[in-house]
Amino acid sequence: MFKSLMTWVDDRFPATKMWNEHLAEYYAPKNFNFWYFFGSLALLVLVIQIVSGIFLTMHYNPDGAMAFASVEYIMRDVPYGWLIRYIHSTGATAFFVVVYLHMFRGLMYGSFKKPRELVWLFGMFIYLALMAEAFMGYLLPWGQMSYWGAQVIISLFGALPIIGDPLTLWIRGDYVVSGATLNRFFALHVIALPLVIVGLVVAHIIALHEVGSNNPEGVEIKKHKDENGIPLDGIPFHPYYSVKDIVGVVVFLIFFSLVLFFAPEGGGYLLEHANFVPSDPLKTPEHIAPVWYFTPFYAILRAVPDKLMGVIAMGMAIVVLFLLPWIDQCKVKSIRYRGTSFKILLALFVVSFFVLGWLGMMPATPTLTLMAQIFSVIYFGFFVALYFTSKNEKTKPVPERITK
Amino acid sequence: MKNILTVILMTFSGLVMAAGSGFPLDKAPVDLEDKESLKRGAVAFADNCLSCHAADYMRYNRIGTDLGMTDVEVSDQLISTRGADGEKTKPGQLMKIAMNNDYSKVAFGTKIPGLTVIARSRGADWLYTYLRTFYIDESRPMGVNNMVFADVGMPHVLWEKQGLQKAVFTTETGTDGNEHHKFEKMEMVQAGSMSTEEYDAFVGDLVNYLVYMAEPVQVERKSLGVKVVIFLMFFAVIAYLLKKEYWKDIH
Repeated sequence: MFKSLMTWVDDRFPATKMWNEHLAEYYAPKNFNFWYFFGSLALLVLVIQIVSGIFLTMHYNPDGAMAFASVEYIMRDVPYGWLIRYIHSTGATAFFVVVYLHMFRGLMYGSFKKPRELVWLFGMFIYLALMAEAFMGYLLPWGQMSYWGAQVIISLFGALPIIGDPLTLWIRGDYVVSGATLNRFFALHVIALPLVIVGLVVAHIIALHEVGSNNPEGVEIKKHKDENGIPLDGIPFHPYYSVKDIVGVVVFLIFFSLVLFFAPEGGGYLLEHANFVPSDPLKTPEHIAPVWYFTPFYAILRAVPDKLMGVIAMGMAIVVLFLLPWIDQCKVKSIRYRGTSFKILLALFVVSFFVLGWLGMMPATPTLTLMAQIFSVIYFGFFVALYFTSKNEKTKPVPERITK
Repeated sequence: MKNILTVILMTFSGLVMAAGSGFPLDKAPVDLEDKESLKRGAVAFADNCLSCHAADYMRYNRIGTDLGMTDVEVSDQLISTRGADGEKTKPGQLMKIAMNNDYSKVAFGTKIPGLTVIARSRGADWLYTYLRTFYIDESRPMGVNNMVFADVGMPHVLWEKQGLQKAVFTTETGTDGNEHHKFEKMEMVQAGSMSTEEYDAFVGDLVNYLVYMAEPVQVERKSLGVKVVIFLMFFAVIAYLLKKEYWKDIH
């Protein structure tokens, strides 16, 4: 019965073919470790955000006079509205946590290198779209930090010569952040950017399945195939990695639930205290800081004394990540077989990212600004040094097959 | 690595804290399981706050449902407003007030903040300290000032209960050679109807209520969280065993 139904479908739509290509007969290296959970987790969080977002949209009111109240209405009067809202707000942080870990995995094991440059580029575009999505979503609760955070970030575009002022006006749809801004950010947040993100995720996965997954050894498993053309060191994604990823999903959900149910405000770092004050165009909060996932770039922005140069530096901090496949010229992929220079550089990069992230949350005092300048130099220094050292790095011999 | 980061963070977070208002906050006695305290706080809130300050996002009967009060009790003990039609406000309505911004700007020089989520923006300890540290300052329009909210527009509404106190400052010469006023203690000038302990308990109940009102679902949220996490832990074991079973022939 089911078989004949599937045949009927398959004659009209490649359902079985797609299932096999992407799951049952997609051969993944058998040695994925901890770091390989975060791709599937990012997909999970995307689904969580879309589903919780749909329900929030049913009750949220994108009107300057009512937005703040409608969020509190969701928190109080909508049955389990509080749960949906916290799932969505915690999900935003979770998204960046898993995406950062996913990107770091790529850095460590050289997953962005030939032939996976497009996988990396699609991924970077997802990251960019995700930042826009998060930024616009943060305006919607319409609290003081929503309002003033948007005011500050949009005004950055004003630093651009000639087009700056008309551009900020065009983005806001008003001379200050207002109901017009709120409405368009709502539209972009719930329709435009999610469409872009989903499309890019599809492209990211198709590109990945075309070239095959990298692995912690950085060995190409397609080099050694058996008589049926199946990689000797590969195993079908389903059921092996589907059952393994379920473990990852459940463990992730435990951590997710701990934040969601016991610390949804995250000590004022996830839901900021000032955002429980309704937005007021006449009153600037004492200390405006973006949410944690933007703070490394915000610190770089503030580290540069000139506003325009700061905006350029901040932009470059993201652009340079796109170029990674061409900056890192080492033939060896995995950190396991790369030289000491790479390990030191990567460690410095990670430290600079964390320190900049912390600095971006702090008020800019002279000492902290100096620190931000030092660590910005280290951040960019990673890419410069990598460009010059990666070609002639002292690497170890890479095994032919996966042995561990 | 982690330790180094912690040390760095601790060092600098200390510096940043010192840059704030600096007055040490007292710990508020928050206990959301204590329904009697919350009820006393709700009544105190309705009697003393809810005529200038609104709680626009909170419904009266939510308090009833959460704290175990009937609609009649809610109406008798908490509601004292009427609608434009002269009808008494119903328990299902939001906790609104008659004061408007135009009037409050004339009377107090500022908009009066709504209090529904004030505990989430200010924090319980701040509120608890704020309501207990009004002191006489004749230079201010209302005759009082506050230790944690300098030059606040709000009068000391609770003065009849607490009494009026004077802040005693000592003058110190700092390391930079400038003179600083350092707060030493409060001195009661005119006793109120409550002793200090009674007043602290009264404010404690009120702040407890404000914390509840800012997020009424807190207790339910945590109890649901315990169940969810226990389920997930159980599920994690099952998922792990399933994975192990599938993977036993992979070497």
